[in-house]
Amino acid sequence: MTDNKFLTPEGEKKPGKQVLRELQDKIAQDVFDAKARGEKIGWCASNFPQEICTAMDIKVAYPENMGAAVGAKGGGLRMCEEAEAMGYSNDLCSYARINLAYAASDECPEIQIPRPDFLLCCNNICGCMMKWYENLAVELNIPLLMIDIPHLTEKTCDPDRVRYIRAQFDDCIRQLEEITGKKMDYSKLQEVMEVSQRSSRAWLRAISCMGAEPSPFSGFDVFNTMAVATVGRGTVEAAEAFEYLADEYETAIKEGRSTFKGEEKYRILFEGIACWANLRATYKTLQSRGINLTSTIYGPAFSFLYSNLDELMAAYSYVPNSYCFEKEVELRVNDAKAKKVDGAVIHINRSCKRWSGNSYELERQLRAQAGIPTMTFDGDQSDPRVFSEAQYETRVEALVEIMEANKQAKKGAKAQKEAAI
Amino acid sequence: MSDVRKNMDALRAIAESPRKQLDRVLAEGKKAVGVIPYFAPEELVYAAGMVPFGMWGAETQVSESKRYFPAFYCSIIHTALDLGIKGEYDGLSAVMIPLTCDTLKGMGANWRYGVKNIPVIDVAYAQNRTIPAGEEFTEGQFKKIRGQVEEIAGVKITDMALAKANKVYNENRKECLRFTELAASHPQTVSLTDRAMVLKARYFVERDAHTALIKELNDALEVLPEEKAKGSRIVTTGIIADSPELLGILQDNGFTIAADQITHESVDFRSLADETIDPVMALVKRLSGIKGTSVLFDPAKSRNTELAEIAKAAKADGVLWVLTKFCDPEEFDYVPAKKILDEAGIPMLQIEIDQQMVNYEQIRTAIETFKDML
Repeated sequence: MTDNKFLTPEGEKKPGKQVLRELQDKIAQDVFDAKARGEKIGWCASNFPQEICTAMDIKVAYPENMGAAVGAKGGGLRMCEEAEAMGYSNDLCSYARINLAYAASDECPEIQIPRPDFLLCCNNICGCMMKWYENLAVELNIPLLMIDIPHLTEKTCDPDRVRYIRAQFDDCIRQLEEITGKKMDYSKLQEVMEVSQRSSRAWLRAISCMGAEPSPFSGFDVFNTMAVATVGRGTVEAAEAFEYLADEYETAIKEGRSTFKGEEKYRILFEGIACWANLRATYKTLQSRGINLTSTIYGPAFSFLYSNLDELMAAYSYVPNSYCFEKEVELRVNDAKAKKVDGAVIHINRSCKRWSGNSYELERQLRAQAGIPTMTFDGDQSDPRVFSEAQYETRVEALVEIMEANKQAKKGAKAQKEAAI
Repeated sequence: MSDVRKNMDALRAIAESPRKQLDRVLAEGKKAVGVIPYFAPEELVYAAGMVPFGMWGAETQVSESKRYFPAFYCSIIHTALDLGIKGEYDGLSAVMIPLTCDTLKGMGANWRYGVKNIPVIDVAYAQNRTIPAGEEFTEGQFKKIRGQVEEIAGVKITDMALAKANKVYNENRKECLRFTELAASHPQTVSLTDRAMVLKARYFVERDAHTALIKELNDALEVLPEEKAKGSRIVTTGIIADSPELLGILQDNGFTIAADQITHESVDFRSLADETIDPVMALVKRLSGIKGTSVLFDPAKSRNTELAEIAKAAKADGVLWVLTKFCDPEEFDYVPAKKILDEAGIPMLQIEIDQQMVNYEQIRTAIETFKDML
């Protein structure tokens, strides 16, 4: 890889996460440029089938990404309070509150996204999305296109669901053609599907590197790199960037290098969305104790693998929050084992009723099936008021004690076994 | 008058003793299936010769459900699960759990792990429910549920039996609707708690039995002269508004419910099943036609415009938004609804309720202020 996008002005190789960040910025800028050219642009749910817009060359912005960025840049409280002043309950998702406040005021110093001409909603990530987008549609008086993905009650997506999702997919294309004046080119769609698979495979290859001991990178990086994996994977640039990232990690493993600061003493599964507004505290508390995140559902579950259009429809059911519970558990248990974790940190996310509604049972299942200690903590994805650093620290301390005791017990057992031999 | 009181008391007694009703059903050798909101096709249960048993939570303090749901989930689901874990629903042959909202999507698994002796029938239906593909999907799901219900009942559900169930439910819906109108025109005879309990009773007995009682009540009410409201006429809107404390406060302040847009009440019985078409499709079409609730996809927010229309048609002085605490769909709808009602010049008060609430003083103060304002 000698392409300029992978090199600094000094000719040094850029870190993969920088390449992805730049790609993310470019994707965001493309939407502004399209808007400036007079094209119709949309706001889009993160798990809406990106293949449609990529193939039709329709540019969209992602309010959820905006919500995360505003939270990370310190604007979460202000924007949430703005929404609450409009009458929105502080019980609602903070991404939604931030975005609804932005839609009303068009002001946000932390990050801007252009005004939309239409909305693309998909409720596979949560039902809250549906209500949030209804409000946007009424507030902004623009069309709302919704692909309803019924929650799975079995491990596989049945033909009835596939047919229903496909009909909505086709209908959505027809409506987008009318709104934007752009036509779907089905050979282009095929190409986008193929490129998306290339990206997904590279993404999975990169994420699987967390199985190495030590992991070649700090797992919190996944929270950033996954943005492109979910929204931009239909482009060749994204596929190349993920292949570059995976190569970088594999090289680091061979060379015994890691970007994790300090010794990786413990490895954990982190469950849930990051606390963007408290990212530093959540990260530092772990990192300072030698705890690296090596397992997250963002790895196995945001890969969207398929080989034809029907499988593509099913793939959009196979996302966290849309799976049946038993499959959610299976994915995590398998990943916890593959990534050799010593414990799990579970975020009870005040914003996300879908994600947190089964977290306690998930915790029990993780303990039973993966044989690991766990902790939960209260937090929120972008509203800083919910997280308590003291609670988090105390619980992490307790988790460390158990993880350490388990390690010592394992060492003792190994020594005993060797002595017996 | 005595007939009215007698009938209302009989219906109130049913509404206030769900477990007794369930025991009676079981003692008669019938099977019962729990029905969690929203809009499960319970007519299938009736058609199979079993008794659907409504599960909208209860006014109780939860303990066990907290091991499954964090505190920030609505009390309907918390209390229903809590009662399930504590054995209060023992005897049910199954429980229908729709996947309508985010909380309900988590309920199925929590129930399965927490209440192992009562199996779950998952109820999936399309949120894009009015498009042909949505109706086709819902039809497929309802047929699948039909098979599951048949297995539990041990009988085949014939089309004729399902058509009869649709007819029985339609008759009940019409009488319930008629009762809401009669209650509004007889505010001195029918207290607000009477009104709520008469309607609520339908969830705990066979629908035809409820119809017989409420019809008799309606017939008796109809011959009484119309009564003047003591105070203001309001429209209630929300998921559920059956709290005796809340209704008592409204009664104390002279309010009459002129009409409601409550999912637990009129929203459920305003939409009828078409008795001229295939009976499963009739269930699907009924779901497509349901209006006025936040829990179903409503891209134009017709719930809110409808609310203003209901208030105008009922010549209401104001609207009471009975917010079920932690209900996301309701919390989203409130902001645009407020705007629409403000533009229409209809005053609205939002109060937040929770089935675990013990102190209603804040609500009392808000309602007293609302009364003065109106």
